[in-house]
Amino acid sequence: MKRFAALFTALDRTTRTNAKVAALAAYFREAPEEDRLWTMALLSGRRPRRAVSATQLRLWAAERARIPLWLFEEAYPVVGDLAETIALVLPPPAHETDAPLSYWTRLLLDIAAAPEPARKEAILTAWDQLDETERFLFNKLVTGGFRIGVSQKLMTRALAEATGQDEAVLAHRLMGDWAPQTTTFAALVMANDPSANLSRPYPFCLAHAVEGDPAALGPEEEWLAEWKWDGIRAQIIRRGGEHYLWSRGEELMTDRFPEFAALRDFLPDGTVIDGEVLAWGQDSPLPFAALQKRIGRKTVPKKLLAEAPAMMLAYDLLEWEGEDIRMQPFCERRRLLEGALASLPPALPLRPSPLVEITDWQALAERRTEARTELAEGLMLKRRSAPYHAGRKRGDWWKWKLDPLTIDAVMVYAQAGHGRRATLYTDFTFAVWDGPDLVPFTKAYSGLTDAEFNKITNWVRRNTLERFGPVRRVNPELVFEIAFEGIQESTRHKSGVALRFPRMVRWRLDKPASEANTLADLKEMLAAYG
Amino acid sequence: MPVMAVLTFTDMGIWCPAGDFFIDPWRPVDRALITHGHADHARSGHGRYLATETAAPVMRHRLGDISLSTLPYGEVLRIGDAQVSFHPAGHVPGSAQIRVEVGGEVWVVSGDYKLHHDPLSEPFEPLRCHAFISECTFGLPVFRWTDPAEVMSSITDWWAANRAEGRFSVIGAYAFGKAQRLLAGVGPIGPILTHGAVEATNRVMRDQGLPLPVTVQVTPDLDLKAHAGALVIAPPSALGGPWIRRFGPASTGFASGWMALRGVRRRRAADRGFVISDHADWQGLNEAIRATGAEKIFVTHGYTSVFRRWLAEQGYDAEVVATEYEGEALEAPEVIE
Repeated sequence: MKRFAALFTALDRTTRTNAKVAALAAYFREAPEEDRLWTMALLSGRRPRRAVSATQLRLWAAERARIPLWLFEEAYPVVGDLAETIALVLPPPAHETDAPLSYWTRLLLDIAAAPEPARKEAILTAWDQLDETERFLFNKLVTGGFRIGVSQKLMTRALAEATGQDEAVLAHRLMGDWAPQTTTFAALVMANDPSANLSRPYPFCLAHAVEGDPAALGPEEEWLAEWKWDGIRAQIIRRGGEHYLWSRGEELMTDRFPEFAALRDFLPDGTVIDGEVLAWGQDSPLPFAALQKRIGRKTVPKKLLAEAPAMMLAYDLLEWEGEDIRMQPFCERRRLLEGALASLPPALPLRPSPLVEITDWQALAERRTEARTELAEGLMLKRRSAPYHAGRKRGDWWKWKLDPLTIDAVMVYAQAGHGRRATLYTDFTFAVWDGPDLVPFTKAYSGLTDAEFNKITNWVRRNTLERFGPVRRVNPELVFEIAFEGIQESTRHKSGVALRFPRMVRWRLDKPASEANTLADLKEMLAAYG
Repeated sequence: MPVMAVLTFTDMGIWCPAGDFFIDPWRPVDRALITHGHADHARSGHGRYLATETAAPVMRHRLGDISLSTLPYGEVLRIGDAQVSFHPAGHVPGSAQIRVEVGGEVWVVSGDYKLHHDPLSEPFEPLRCHAFISECTFGLPVFRWTDPAEVMSSITDWWAANRAEGRFSVIGAYAFGKAQRLLAGVGPIGPILTHGAVEATNRVMRDQGLPLPVTVQVTPDLDLKAHAGALVIAPPSALGGPWIRRFGPASTGFASGWMALRGVRRRRAADRGFVISDHADWQGLNEAIRATGAEKIFVTHGYTSVFRRWLAEQGYDAEVVATEYEGEALEAPEVIE
């Protein structure tokens, strides 16, 4: 664990990308193979099955530190991180060991099914053999949420540097369904065996936002436009007689969307399609709220299948007749996609996402303003000649989203953040006027600078009216401009509306609370865009 | 037998009725006994001041022309019906706990204190008393200081690595106390460069005979090329301002107890955080309080309500008193109650 802890410390101490890549690459050259594999897994969001609950960890840590649980609970919000709080309260280790990272991950896998006393014994023994940083990391292995400022992309780049492999090829190999327990470094990283993993998706091609005038992109005829749908970006894979559905977050969703099983009988083997999964009405998408009901459900009741049936609108064809065609131009892939889907029975939940005609940039800009009525977020612009890149590359794909809706609201509750923001009030609840009353309608916690959060934190401390656990009711004085992408009717909120992607865009120091917007204004937006 | 309190807590400060004096008052009073020279304990505007001999020069430097008498550590002075004496608190050079005895009843005001080693400050002296008035800046069990010698050598290692790359190492530390503790602790790696605010205090402390290594003040005329790769000590605020730009792509660090928390460390956006504090950690607070033998504990500043509850569960008669002391103010995270 010492080598892994040293890597973590090096990564944690720098914000420079090159220094991070260098530290990771050195690690990937020197660490034992199984540790490398686990590090790759952790940095791409894979972790051992949770062996112990957070509640058990707190109890055991307090007991071992000989402090009452309430005292532990008081310290936790100050530190802002459970794994760190535990690492800090425990007494120094009795005898340190230098077992590798894989020893501890294997230990966690081994005890997952053991009875509680054995699990407790194992965790307490581990704590007593690890120093403060190692304990923190060990606790992170148990609790998950392994975010240490290293993206999967950065990790892949370092791995490419360490192994001399092509970065895009590696990105592809690291996709999908693998676990350190069931593969080896050699098989996963070094071997060139396409049949090794039939369910493996391709790295998603992502877009940057259009800045300024799209006319700067050049002649219209070099581009194709399509709606940017507000659903789940996904790949459907048909290989070896099976089908798989992967989300962009690399979650396997095959069982959650049983309606796609029928595709097995119609799509030929060796096909991979990139598209957007949406909840579908008669002839158009349903609001995101409908799809939301299906997210996170492992099994789908019949009623929900009828209420919010899924549809995939296909954007792209990545593999055809067993051939990786990502390097072919987009217009060619699009032609093959349309051909492949043309023969499908119309009742199947898969059809090409329609292209939006580009006569000239001006006309397209006007078309874009209709996105909200189409239930889209805006437009996508794709260069006809572009390959399907791995990840986010500038130049060939652009997202041209609608300007968000905005409303001025009054802050009524504040709550401290987590991790880096544990000592700041960053999570706020906002309200609009309904006659003389303020009605809360949304929460938001992003969009301001650290300097602004610092100022607001000081203000919150001086303007607290009431405390409810970690939440403070504050003087209704501060006004913020809240931006959001969509608005829906909601029976779960007192205000009767639910917002999509709310965030703060501006602290309206120029506005007194009395000039914030009203519930009537929100209802008007609901009528126009809901 | 019920006795009159030796000290009472007023909205001007801690007051001794038997001697009619205040300890570290935050409003102007006639007679003030001062534990140490930090701004939240030694304020301007009092009629007469009393402090230790070692604390006096910095107080004069900071507060100007004040009426200040001094008392050596351990020497007893009678004021009215009270007997007072000053005893080392280990916080900064000259810092004291103030012991007040009235009719056989002994109360001690700790001011700020630490138990860990510091090459310049007189080591903390445990005092037996009936009531102990304690700070608790770091009164949570997540604060446990590592051996200061280890921290000092990690600062030296950091400096050596930066020096090898030709980069300056700029460390943010309180101008009075922490800065000099670092100077005296990091070993012969000089000449060390200092910000004017740090150097002003250095001058005062050198004049009174405290052993500080040679330093070079950073001025507009200083040839920085000749000092490339040096360690630079500056007040924390200087690291966020334009002052630091002259050092080019320097590596930055902060020296503070708050650096024990990763969240604070990352938010300060310095390259390194060194956990070194002039306040007692959790173990230190508990150890100091135990050693007093006191039954009655007042906690003045820090995580007061949490620490009071902990002390009460340990069998002490513990109380929170509201004061205007600040402790180690580096965006102290608060308990959200």
